[in-house]
Amino acid sequence: MNFEFSEEQVMIKDSVARFVRDEYDFDTRRKIIHSEEGISRDFWNMFAELGWLSIPFAEEYGGFGGSVEDTVAMMEELGKGIVVEPYVSTVVIFGGLLAASTNEALKADSIPKIIDGSCLGSFAFLERQSRFEIADIATSAVVTDTGYVINGEKTVVFNGATADSLIVAARTSGGQYDRQGVSLFMVDAASPGVSIASYKTMDGQSASTISFKDLQVSASQLLGAVDQGMDIVDQVMPDILMALSAEALGIMATLNAITVDYSKTRQQFGTPISSFQALQHRMVDTFMACEQTKSLLYRGLCDATELAANPQLGSVELQKSVHALKATVAKSGKLIGEEAIQIHGGIGITDELNIGHYVKRLMTINVTFGDGDFHQKKFNQLSYSAL
Amino acid sequence: MDINFSAQDLAFRDEVRAFFASEYDAEVAASLSGGQGEDYKQAIISWQKKLHAKGWIAPGWPQEYGGTGWSVTQKFIYETERGAAGVPDVVPFGLKMVAPVIYNFGNEEQKARFLPRILSSDDWWCQGYSEPGAGSDLAALSTTAEYAGDNYIVNGRKIWTTFAQYADWIFCLVRTTKDVRKQQGISFLLIDMNTPGVSVKPIPTIDGKHSLNEVLFDDALVPRENLIGEQDKGWTYAKALLAHERTGMAEVADSKRMLANLKQRAAAEVNGGQPMIADPVFQMRLSDIEMELMALEYTELRVFASMASGGTPGPESSLLKIKGTEISQSIHELQLQLAAYYGGALQGELTNQQLGHEFATEARKSYMYGRAATIYGGSNEVQRNVIAKAVLGL
Repeated sequence: MNFEFSEEQVMIKDSVARFVRDEYDFDTRRKIIHSEEGISRDFWNMFAELGWLSIPFAEEYGGFGGSVEDTVAMMEELGKGIVVEPYVSTVVIFGGLLAASTNEALKADSIPKIIDGSCLGSFAFLERQSRFEIADIATSAVVTDTGYVINGEKTVVFNGATADSLIVAARTSGGQYDRQGVSLFMVDAASPGVSIASYKTMDGQSASTISFKDLQVSASQLLGAVDQGMDIVDQVMPDILMALSAEALGIMATLNAITVDYSKTRQQFGTPISSFQALQHRMVDTFMACEQTKSLLYRGLCDATELAANPQLGSVELQKSVHALKATVAKSGKLIGEEAIQIHGGIGITDELNIGHYVKRLMTINVTFGDGDFHQKKFNQLSYSAL
Repeated sequence: MDINFSAQDLAFRDEVRAFFASEYDAEVAASLSGGQGEDYKQAIISWQKKLHAKGWIAPGWPQEYGGTGWSVTQKFIYETERGAAGVPDVVPFGLKMVAPVIYNFGNEEQKARFLPRILSSDDWWCQGYSEPGAGSDLAALSTTAEYAGDNYIVNGRKIWTTFAQYADWIFCLVRTTKDVRKQQGISFLLIDMNTPGVSVKPIPTIDGKHSLNEVLFDDALVPRENLIGEQDKGWTYAKALLAHERTGMAEVADSKRMLANLKQRAAAEVNGGQPMIADPVFQMRLSDIEMELMALEYTELRVFASMASGGTPGPESSLLKIKGTEISQSIHELQLQLAAYYGGALQGELTNQQLGHEFATEARKSYMYGRAATIYGGSNEVQRNVIAKAVLGL
């Protein structure tokens, strides 16, 4: 038994950590956010050159052949720098769905473009009415002589403004809430019939409302079997949630470290505020929250490894661990973020300080693919409904 | 990362599991489940003698004194299986508290005299640390031992002494020199409970039981040969022992078993036709605990894995006691909530059938006595002070 990252994973971690430390300071990040695209193409190309964009993909597509553990190792470090380049959107989510699909032609065409940095991608799933239930889809894809025609609207498509390609979840059959009948389509964002209205999000990233008006797609753009799109989503979701949680963990560890350091230098009543027991105990609680979150992340990783080795075991344990993880990320993130602000005092609520920006990314991660209550409820259903 | 045990370790796990399954039967379990008085004492001794006969009574001891010689992994597996089987831990005062002090700091005569009788459970030990004026601030203790002739004359009061009413011996911290820094001038003394001038006064607790006591010393004569190590160096020995006490307090396996019981009980308790386990509010309370416990299980594994690979536990080890006790208290709390009206019933001689409830009395007692968990072994506030200083450098 061991919970160490492998030598290779430590190398990845170290290289991302060096990048964050040496090249991605808070001012650099601020300039990137306020640039026209809101991301740095130079850094993205550098990620490609360093091989970071290839990590989770199979070697046959030019990938590194890594596991979710490798992605997690990397995401934790990206979180420490609240890096705004769309690694999660493009590599983990868009790339993850693509890699899990059975459309070999599409994979052979698109994965190398992710890896070489030429394709940014987004997953368009959310609709006005759907909140956290991904399968709640009204956007329709109706069969035509040449393929499908898509009509509908997607909201809060993360990094939609910069996306070259979209994976669109649309309904090919069934009722609005049915899991069966959802299909995933690869769509060129520049296609006629796609209109994109973008805006900034509080975490320094961007999102879009995307409308589809009589968008023509061919059957070859289907990621897998028609109507079975949720199978792909379900398969990839644990990896996505663990990657997001790892990013959150990096943020939490950073917030804790910054806050502890600040408390040692901030003087009040003639003494550092770190000497006050009322504050010490709160910092101990945030330390424990961070460690417990890390333990659940490791639990999820171990369950994923177990499941990969013994698929006959079924995915319930992994699902429970990942729901528990995401719910705990929500709780720990709230505690750690709010304590960081409180212990900093007035400066903690200024835009100038980095604290608030870390907190806003944590808040965005919290709602991405289900907030804490949503995942706790899912956990409850899996754990208690059979008793 | 890798969560698996070796085939050898799994075989060991099966052996431990089989032993508990066959030896810890319903009768033994009943005899050890919170009885009182002489019967309870004898039940504990007889179970511990069984463990001794098997050679498993002291996994923590060096092999030369009667330890098992187990690897870190085997010790971890043993503890996990013990908790999972619902087997109570051994009474710690002799085996886990005074014995390490004796084999680390005692002389050869003391080792030969005391260790075998601790292993065989022929001597029952209790702990004389806390005093009315010295709780978390243990070094403020004021029980005195004055050296005269070949004896110390001991005067003072010890408090919160668990199972002093059963004990043959008590190990005490006593003040041998005054007017020095409070941590200096303390000595570690072993005292025969039958010594004239030693008396025990029960302290009934809110669970309605008698576990705690005051132990009073009135000119009690203690032979010099019962001093551990050097006079005035007792604090050093005690600190080593406290570190021992603070490890392994997460009790994850015990909490997992209690939680599994709780879920079964919540499935059987019905409110308005709906089992409590199906109640959305109750489910949230339950999963708040269960998710925290799932995390703690892996925190404990992380600590164990770093120890098994020869490393020292990282900062995560310091939260085991705090989280472990908070979780077990939360489980007790929900269990008592499940018992509803019945939780307040002082059942006396009534059967569960007559009372109308199966686990209410147990739930109340566990809840009440369980409050002690965040107080003993270094209160959770003191634990937070320790983490603030040692881990966060505050």
